[in-house]
Amino acid sequence: MVEKVLKGSPKYYLWLLFLLGIIGYAFVVYVFQLMYGLEQTGLTRNTSWGFYIAQFTYLVGVAAAAVMLVLPATFHHYHPYHRVIVFAEFLAIGAVIMCMLFIVVDMGQPQRVLNVILHPMPNSVMFWDATVLCGYLILNAIIGWTSLEHESRHVEVPKWIKVLVVVSIFWAFSIHTVTGFLYAGLPGRHYWLTAIMAARFLASAFCAGPALLLLGLLLVKRLSGFDPGKKVVKSLSITIAYAMGLNMFFYCLELFTSFYSGIPGHADPIVFLFCGHEGLNVWVTGWMWAAVVFAFVSIFFLAIPKFRANMKILPWALGMLIIATWIDKGLGLLIGGFAPTPYETYEVYTPTFWEISVSLGVFAVGALVVSILWKIALEMKKEGGEPFALAD
Amino acid sequence: MKASRRYFLKVAGLSTFAMAAGAAKADAAYEGYSEGLKAKRWAMVIDTRRFQKPEDMLPIIEACHKVHNVPSIKGPKEIKWIWDDTFEHAFANDPNPMLPEDVEERRFFLLCNHCTNPSCVRVCPPGATYKTEGGLVAIDYHRCVGCRFCMAACPYGSRSFNFKDPRPFVKEINPAYPTRMRGVVEKCTFCAERLEKGLMPACVEASNGAIMFGDLNDPNSIVRRVLAKNFSMRRKPDLGTDPGVYYII
Repeated sequence: MVEKVLKGSPKYYLWLLFLLGIIGYAFVVYVFQLMYGLEQTGLTRNTSWGFYIAQFTYLVGVAAAAVMLVLPATFHHYHPYHRVIVFAEFLAIGAVIMCMLFIVVDMGQPQRVLNVILHPMPNSVMFWDATVLCGYLILNAIIGWTSLEHESRHVEVPKWIKVLVVVSIFWAFSIHTVTGFLYAGLPGRHYWLTAIMAARFLASAFCAGPALLLLGLLLVKRLSGFDPGKKVVKSLSITIAYAMGLNMFFYCLELFTSFYSGIPGHADPIVFLFCGHEGLNVWVTGWMWAAVVFAFVSIFFLAIPKFRANMKILPWALGMLIIATWIDKGLGLLIGGFAPTPYETYEVYTPTFWEISVSLGVFAVGALVVSILWKIALEMKKEGGEPFALAD
Repeated sequence: MKASRRYFLKVAGLSTFAMAAGAAKADAAYEGYSEGLKAKRWAMVIDTRRFQKPEDMLPIIEACHKVHNVPSIKGPKEIKWIWDDTFEHAFANDPNPMLPEDVEERRFFLLCNHCTNPSCVRVCPPGATYKTEGGLVAIDYHRCVGCRFCMAACPYGSRSFNFKDPRPFVKEINPAYPTRMRGVVEKCTFCAERLEKGLMPACVEASNGAIMFGDLNDPNSIVRRVLAKNFSMRRKPDLGTDPGVYYII
């Protein structure tokens, strides 16, 4: 199976080479961070988490999104998804690997990372997060690999895999719930201390992740001719629309509690994110408003069947949705979470060139993993005689 | 062959004996100082009436930072164990626009509160931050992975992170206390290392009686006697952390 990686067009090789180039560059930058410490980042005493942890959070959501295909296919026997499920599982593998790398590059003492396993503290949500992420990686690797192998050889998938699939469905919900708990259990961080955090995380994950997957599948169709099928595209975009609707609804619930109660602790971070603070250059406000616009435009196109079914509009709507959810989680969540400081003062975190470089490298690793795994999946499907073009 | 087997047994026997003796010796070495101060719940009382100006506070801050090799790094990545701020910032959740003038202008010491329910200890993934006997919140600098979850969890902003190697920024290294390395979190320890030797915390010693320290569980301790006669406040008690630093207003 692995040898399939080596067979490809010059374009495929150039793409891999390009990713390796970025990874190499980011690695050099990371070596500097290792040598000089997190001094290189825009983090401060009051804003102790930033771009790295934000990307980690976003990608846990991308990983969890596979469940939006696995669940209907398993519990509701929705067969069209079987054709593309392996792509969702392999995307999850790439996402979890990126999550782990983002955690490691964020650590002050990365060589001690095993302390989390050698001295496990069940009190710590981060210990549980590490555990569920590792478990999810293993689950997806086993399920994806085994089912792909069996399907391509036209053999019935073994029973124990079906058990693991059911486990993975619940597991997917757990990974993003636990990630929500990382934030939602901290006293004194107003923006995070909200019971709806995990639910909001799940809703944003279940729109952003499938959107990323669908964009990827549409790209694969153009590159390799492998058609995911109209039914898959249709039901996935409906799922995305519902999840995005929920995600936006949940955010509005936050707005209500914050502004109707009038409690400064609830309202301050949101005011800071959208309107800034006296005289401070809060660069993120522009991004937050852009996210609002993108969110409404994307939900408009996704919610109306006529636009959703239009293949010229759909990719744009998906793209805007990904940007909107990324700004919410990848920028706003952390910057809003640390505003105000414990002394009710304000400061603005800005990721540095170093952080963005290292993050690009981690994204490139993820893209490389997903490219290779998807390549294998496509080749296996070809070998198994699965038709690439579909009639309906 | 025979001789070598006997030799082997001899060595093995001797090693076992030495190991047992060593273990016994090691056990003995872990016994605390006999003169060490003991308490069920250490607590600090700061008589803020005696600190009006930053100049009143500087010697105390310096005493702490000097004895603990706290590097002097300025700016948003600074490291500090004890510092001073206004009422508005120190008691951020008790906003009061009608404070008496002297309180409004007064400076307040900020430091780790050594909470009874510390959220930093709860979140630490490898257990590098932990509670000791006497209710102190301590950090194992060698186990800390530098994830900074504790900094996000501390509602008082008591923790500092070594963004770079701190040693070049320590003016005069005190060999009696360890320096830290880059990538780990540090904070006030309530001078656990001094209590062990029967000494009061460095800030208490430098304060001419304006900072008091004692066992909160002992009704006869200085902190209990002072708190019984004076109105005091704590920072963010509504969060349920049960902070151990009291401020007489």
